[in-house]
Amino acid sequence: MRKKKQNSLASKYWLLILSGVCLLLMGISLISDKINGPLRIFANYTVVPMQKGINQIGMFLTDITDNFETLQLTRKEKEALQEKVDELTLENKMLQQEKYELERLQELYKLDSNYADYEKVGAHVIGKDPGNWFSTFTIDKGSDDGLAVDMNVIAGSGLVGIITEVAPGWSRVRSIIDDSSNISAMTLSTLDTCIVKGDLKLMNDGKIKFEQLENNKNEIAVGEEIVTSHISDKYLQGITIGVVSDIKVDSNNLTRSGYLTPVVDFKHLHEVLVITTLKEDVTKEIKEVK
Amino acid sequence: MKRKIVTGCLIFFCFLLQTTIFQTLALASIAPNLMIILTASFGFMRGKKSGMFVGFFCGLFMDVFSGNLIGFYALLYMVIGYLNGFFRRLFYAEDIKLPLILISGSEFVYGMLIYLLLFLLRSRFDFPYYLGNVILPELIYTILVTLILYPIILTLNRRLEAEEKRSAGKFV
Repeated sequence: MRKKKQNSLASKYWLLILSGVCLLLMGISLISDKINGPLRIFANYTVVPMQKGINQIGMFLTDITDNFETLQLTRKEKEALQEKVDELTLENKMLQQEKYELERLQELYKLDSNYADYEKVGAHVIGKDPGNWFSTFTIDKGSDDGLAVDMNVIAGSGLVGIITEVAPGWSRVRSIIDDSSNISAMTLSTLDTCIVKGDLKLMNDGKIKFEQLENNKNEIAVGEEIVTSHISDKYLQGITIGVVSDIKVDSNNLTRSGYLTPVVDFKHLHEVLVITTLKEDVTKEIKEVK
Repeated sequence: MKRKIVTGCLIFFCFLLQTTIFQTLALASIAPNLMIILTASFGFMRGKKSGMFVGFFCGLFMDVFSGNLIGFYALLYMVIGYLNGFFRRLFYAEDIKLPLILISGSEFVYGMLIYLLLFLLRSRFDFPYYLGNVILPELIYTILVTLILYPIILTLNRRLEAEEKRSAGKFV
């Protein structure tokens, strides 16, 4: 009987101690990155290799079902070519973007940064967010492959998201459809800026919201391409986010808002490209040139 | 010691399943919550302390791969495991009703807390939508998975208990 009482007391104390630990951890992780590091490295050697394994099995199974592409060699070639195509499509977009820029600025500023020659690293998606509330995923490349926080992630020439955490062998990407994602964007033809926000409600419809687009004379029709803006300090300029699928003037008559369809298919995301150039470095370079 | 290793492996594999296979098996992009099944069942099968520790480690895994703050999910799961520990006295291995009620209760509370703390505080006010499209589907899917996973946890626990009894008998 006495022993039982002791046990129940102990569990109460344990609850207090562990709650304290949790609160402490939260406090510290708010300020610094010190705890995340060791935990991430722990995950690097435990969970992530297994996830990679499971992912490989999954890939293997999809390989079998892909009747037309059973030859390993052609698959590899195709993958490489696909990457090339993505790269070229992006380059094309960038060139188009530059053309608009040139027309508009008439070489006034001489912004000579060439977006197409960003270096990219290919990575596989190996795990998704364990919960249903947010839309993040892990990829199989990390700081060992030269990745860092805030690097932009693209797939099929469209923006997928941004790296929020890196460990030696894996990193976490927050996708643009995530509920807590906010991106400064602009329209491709008129260069009006707006904010693109992820929303859990729209995630299943495969759409994202955009807001605070100035209600000026520039006509923006359905089908207009929205790209990342020059204002953003984390997203490189001119990466396609999506096309406008619905637009209306807000009740305040000053701004417009609506929905866009992302160019990336987030439900079937297997491979992504990480741009290893950071926006910070680009802006620094431009300053130096000036 | 053996129990600790087995429990650790169980948490590990459930987490792996949840981030990989169950995400591809997701119905309407909703995946079941295996961690809550583990936490709750250890709570009412083994008592407050077990539930608490299992919850803590489940939450820690979630924190590393999902949250922005280390310790948030850990605290949440820990409290859920602890509260389930209060029902240990009512627990009989033959009865599946209590586990089902407790697991779905825990899952519901978990969903509500996530909504309150991570969504309502960011002024996402459309509660009926989140209830109908995330919390309840996740609840139903989790219950379905419970029917498969819970018997496995139960048999594991029984085997371990039998073994512990045997080794304790040797000393007497």
